[in-house]
Amino acid sequence: MKILVPVKRVVDYNVKVRVKSDGSGVELTNVKMAMNPFDEISVEEALRLREAGIASEVIIVSIGPLKAQETIRTALAMGADRGILVQHDELVEPLAVAKILKQIIDEEKPELVIAGKQAIDDDNNQTGQMLAALLGWPQGTFASVLAIADGEMDVTREVDGGLQTIKLKLPAVVTTDLRLNEPRYASLPNIMKAKKKPIEMKTPEDYGVDMTPRLTVLKTIEPTGRNAGVKVADVAELVAKLRDEAGVL
Amino acid sequence: MTTLLIADHDGSALNDATLRTLSAATELGAPVHVLVAGSNSDAAAAHAATFTGVENVLQASDAAYDHLLAEPVAALIVSLTGDYDALVAPNTTNGKNIMPRVAALLDVMQISDVTAIISADTFERPIYAGNAIQTVQSTDATKVITIRTAAFSVAEEGGSASINAVSGDTGEGLSSYVGEEVAKSERPELTSAKIIISGGRALGSAEKFQEVILPVADKLGAAIGASRAAVDAGYAPNDWQVGQTGKVVAPDLYIACGISGAIQHLAGMKDSKVIVAINKDEDAPIFQIADYGLVADLFDILPQLEAELDKPS
Ligand SMILES: Cc1cc2nc3c(=O)[nH]c(=O)nc-3n(C[C@H](O)[C@H](O)[C@H](O)COP(=O)(O)OP(=O)(O)OC[C@H]3O[C@@H](n4cnc5c(N)ncnc54)[C@H](O)[C@@H]3O)c2cc1C
Ligand SMILES: Nc1ncnc2c1ncn2[C@@H]1O[C@H](COP(=O)(O)O)[C@@H](O)[C@H]1O
Repeated sequence: MKILVPVKRVVDYNVKVRVKSDGSGVELTNVKMAMNPFDEISVEEALRLREAGIASEVIIVSIGPLKAQETIRTALAMGADRGILVQHDELVEPLAVAKILKQIIDEEKPELVIAGKQAIDDDNNQTGQMLAALLGWPQGTFASVLAIADGEMDVTREVDGGLQTIKLKLPAVVTTDLRLNEPRYASLPNIMKAKKKPIEMKTPEDYGVDMTPRLTVLKTIEPTGRNAGVKVADVAELVAKLRDEAGVL
Repeated sequence: MTTLLIADHDGSALNDATLRTLSAATELGAPVHVLVAGSNSDAAAAHAATFTGVENVLQASDAAYDHLLAEPVAALIVSLTGDYDALVAPNTTNGKNIMPRVAALLDVMQISDVTAIISADTFERPIYAGNAIQTVQSTDATKVITIRTAAFSVAEEGGSASINAVSGDTGEGLSSYVGEEVAKSERPELTSAKIIISGGRALGSAEKFQEVILPVADKLGAAIGASRAAVDAGYAPNDWQVGQTGKVVAPDLYIACGISGAIQHLAGMKDSKVIVAINKDEDAPIFQIADYGLVADLFDILPQLEAELDKPS
């Protein structure tokens, strides 16, 4: 079976973003970008399924600016087979992403989609669930273990109370959580090989998807900050302060 | 104008997250109906009826909705939405799982993790691990919203809504429940606790975590949290993870032990009222947001803290 993995180019997780002083958004010029960390986990899982002989091909899709080619190239260097870039330079919302992915899936007919649970820029945590809905497929969100056999898949999910296991009929959409695997690094030979792997260029118009955002961002502000407090010398001082000054004990 | 709140519950009661979401739902300004789905949900439905602001409780008792599986529950909600302008759920793993599915079926863009309700169509939500707060206005006819429960207080009791049985679509049996590993504990729940003590990578093992964190937690009646590094290393279970991609908490007191203070961790706890950091590196970023910092080895400090708490104040 084919596996489709959507990957998003986002601000690197080590960067602490700054809000623009005019409140129009966050400063993104000259900021280090990278593949959304959950998407690295998705790519890794897809590659492991191919290496285990369960999957035959791993297709990477990104919807974003031309530079998102680099993100797709990273996934190809990890070992994925080919990529599709749907170029769109403006902000993209999960609903529109899910609609484009649905069109691609109707053409490519993968049996499994592995997305990240959340993009760490907008922290939406929506796209995989929305895609599953549009396809009429089952969904296994926040996955920490996948087991595929006989056209079905057991997904162990990280839930508020612990772990839950559900069984899904394939085809299905999975979203990955942090404990699913540890993504590999691309080796130098694989980085070289990835340069020759194909990336198909598309636009939202090719899929007839209206990208107009449904949410209007009225403003973006800095959160109310916290200041560093005091250092205490020992436990006795700490407990005294918590009791008398802070009143929380 | 009516709002439908999708309850997260264990059959016997609505959980704390749902009761906080109810406060947010009433802020939308319309009457609130509460949907309680699942067989054996009589007690939860009765519980829902006792809160002020609840006009009507809808109980869908079909066993297809047990464990709040996303496919059948989303189908149910969609079959009920004709009557509602807003669909609201807590940002629990159930809410996060179900609501985007509902939103897509309705061709609506969800507003995730709302921290403030400005008006019936305008909301605040954090982005970039809480490093920016966005105000967004929805242009969709039906608003689909998940609520960051740490930002709202628990709704007040004092209602007596009627309970009405409802039925709807059950989906096509796309998924089924196999089982769960849920630790039962006497300790308060992480997202509703007044005091939380959290451990990081510095703990070094699950045994040490138990040995030094638990006794202090017991003394304080505190819930226990952990950093991602501690969970990844197997020192703590996944449901203890506090942060951008774990649980978001805002207790009166948060004690971070051997946690460096990465932005992803801060995203989950920086709205706590009082923050204490115990770390042997005086330059650890956690000290930049801590009200009280103790530069020391946690393996020395925590036993001392346990003893100090025994002393009369
Ligand atoms: C996509 C993504 C999502 C993430 N989501 C989360 C999340 O939700 N929550 C989260 O917590 N992290 C998250 N992280 C991880 C985050 O970036 C950090 O790696 C993590 O929080 C570090 O955990 P830590 O502070 O326990 O470990 P470290 O950063 O290794 O810090 C250990 C600290 O312990 C101190 N120390 C060591 N020994 C002692 C001792 N004996 N006594 C006292 N202090 C000691 C050290 O000085 C150090 O400051 C995420 C990362 C990514 C990429
Ligand atoms: N623009 C995009 N291009 C490709 N995949 C995306 C895009 N946006 C979101 N995704 C996928 O959806 C997941 C969840 O994103 P979100 O719903 O935005 O939090 C990500 O981890 C990706 O797998």
